[in-house]
Amino acid sequence: MDNNILVGLAGVLAAAAPVVFAAIGETFTERAGIINLSVNGTILLSAMAGFATSLVTNNLILGFLVGAIIGALVALLVAFSSITLKQSQVAVGFVLTLMTRDLAYFLGNSFMGQAGPRIPPLNIPLLQDIPILGTLFFKQDIIVYTSFILIVVSQWWIFSTRQGLLLQGIGERPAAAFVRGANVNKLRYLYTMLGGALVGLAGPMFSLSVKAGWKGTISGLDGIGWIALAITIFGGWNPVRVALGAYLFALLQWLGLVLQPSLPNIPSQVLQVAPFPLMILTLLLVNIGNAEWVERWLAGMPAPLRRVVAKVLRAMRTSPPASLGVPFENE
Amino acid sequence: MPKTSSRWLGLLFQVGAVLLALLFTSIILLLVGAKPFQAYERIIYGAFSDMGHISDVLVVWVPLVLVSAGLLITYSTGLWNIGIEGQIALGAIFTVWAMRLLQDSSIPPVLIILVGFLAGMLGGALWAALAGALRVFGGVNEIFGGLGLNFVSTALTIWLIFGPWKRPGVGSMSGTVPFDTSLWLPMVGGSRLSLWSLGLGILGIVVVYFILQGTYFGLRLKAVGKNPRAAFLMGIPTSSYMMLAFILCGVFAGLAGAVQVTGVYHRLIPSISSGYGFLGMLVAMLVNYQAIGAPFVAFLFAALNIGSIQLPIDLKLDSTLSGVLQGALVLFVLLMDGVRRRVLHKK
Repeated sequence: MDNNILVGLAGVLAAAAPVVFAAIGETFTERAGIINLSVNGTILLSAMAGFATSLVTNNLILGFLVGAIIGALVALLVAFSSITLKQSQVAVGFVLTLMTRDLAYFLGNSFMGQAGPRIPPLNIPLLQDIPILGTLFFKQDIIVYTSFILIVVSQWWIFSTRQGLLLQGIGERPAAAFVRGANVNKLRYLYTMLGGALVGLAGPMFSLSVKAGWKGTISGLDGIGWIALAITIFGGWNPVRVALGAYLFALLQWLGLVLQPSLPNIPSQVLQVAPFPLMILTLLLVNIGNAEWVERWLAGMPAPLRRVVAKVLRAMRTSPPASLGVPFENE
Repeated sequence: MPKTSSRWLGLLFQVGAVLLALLFTSIILLLVGAKPFQAYERIIYGAFSDMGHISDVLVVWVPLVLVSAGLLITYSTGLWNIGIEGQIALGAIFTVWAMRLLQDSSIPPVLIILVGFLAGMLGGALWAALAGALRVFGGVNEIFGGLGLNFVSTALTIWLIFGPWKRPGVGSMSGTVPFDTSLWLPMVGGSRLSLWSLGLGILGIVVVYFILQGTYFGLRLKAVGKNPRAAFLMGIPTSSYMMLAFILCGVFAGLAGAVQVTGVYHRLIPSISSGYGFLGMLVAMLVNYQAIGAPFVAFLFAALNIGSIQLPIDLKLDSTLSGVLQGALVLFVLLMDGVRRRVLHKK
């Protein structure tokens, strides 16, 4: 394979790492039955704050810590207002996403355009010399390796541990989980904050590595959080599938940049949004199996054809946790 | 508890929420080493110091109140029309499209502007219908369908500005070629405010108030919003009503886009919606989805937007402070409402 393409694909894996974190974080939150809509603003605020912290203290770890704390605190607000105060999760999350974005631009004004620290690459000895795979996977930096680990660990946690089973339970049938002794609302608080912290880590991942620095409104980060939310749905609340969604998105953005020179009539801004219509289309495909008219339409088909179409639709279909967005009250 | 005292308690909590929002914003200002009262004074100065500034506030108020009016319809139907930003943009695009087609003809300018407005309404309605169809027939949550369509509309706008509609020579971010002044809405002496668009804004919110308060149609929309299943069992065709709510909201968003083109920018620019769609969502939330308060809150938010432009000029602060204050207001009102309910519930 051409080395340029390999390096480009390695870049895709790196560019997707923060999106993987944000979308898997939201997966945990939504698995617990809470929608945290504040992702887009949270990423911007934690990106700015993480960059500013690392710039002032010259300490990268502190930058990530601040990012995670901001994410967890914003998530705490969502959890508190929805679980304890019984307000609409969507409303509070939407307000927070706008407010934290403006906070990022306001507070980050004086750090704009400054040169700051960034994460050094970390080549893994021996493994980096493997042809093709070495360049793709083992000449990255620490956050990319961490994103690989996160995918594996969260998949294992949700589907192979007792705790994960409990997590699925409080998102699907909280009343049943409660009867079996689970403290539903406490767990929802915990997972919302855990998810928020993961989303908060995505910010410094951008500002200290993938898109190093803070450039205010032209940082190119506005919108990524919304993508992460869409990818969570696309991935059917399944970490491995969510990660694949993040890689697909990063790949499409990279292709947009690569194809730019051969399509001079199309402004670069248009190619950069190319993934969005595709995202709508995929959301349509994964959801359409749930629509009522599709069932009626299927029922009118000849049996062999119906079986094939139904199978395809079922393979693509994803359904949200049954109690997503529904408050739980233990009476 | 007697009703009056609970109403007073509600007011008390709302005042508390406003004070908390101001306190929060003041802390943010102190964080960047600014003097809060000086900043607030500059914002008030920037919004109300003379007729020029006040008319600028009204220029922002018109599209904002139109968008809020439309959103009240979708909110009443239980729908989160986040695609509103794209619907404004498509309204503007259709307006520009119609006016470009007609501008060199012998049709009187008044008619061209009128056709532009009609095209704008159509554009907003079509884009909203797309989000609605995705939701109603495709099962795609309107939040995500709408968001995706917002990005698509941005791309479409930029493509038009740099491609088919580019200025002679090289296309630029400053937008398409401005229309001839005969195609501008007439403005009040020296200001950027048009009495026509002001009237349209007032008419828009009044119409929505009557639809939601005084008609059987509005009642049915609200029934769908409160409990779609029950509404369906009662014989209301919920799918059609949801589609209608989207389309009506799109019409208002398209009107806002048409006002931005004919009354404010006189051309297509990349950020033609000016973020008024999302701001309108905050307005609707702050008035608890009731039309009666919307024009006043929209005015307050418009004043904050215009007033905060004074911050970078006088204090070297970023003007996004207005967004922080607007967000804090809505957030603390929501939080205090939750606290009030908890307190009343305990008693």
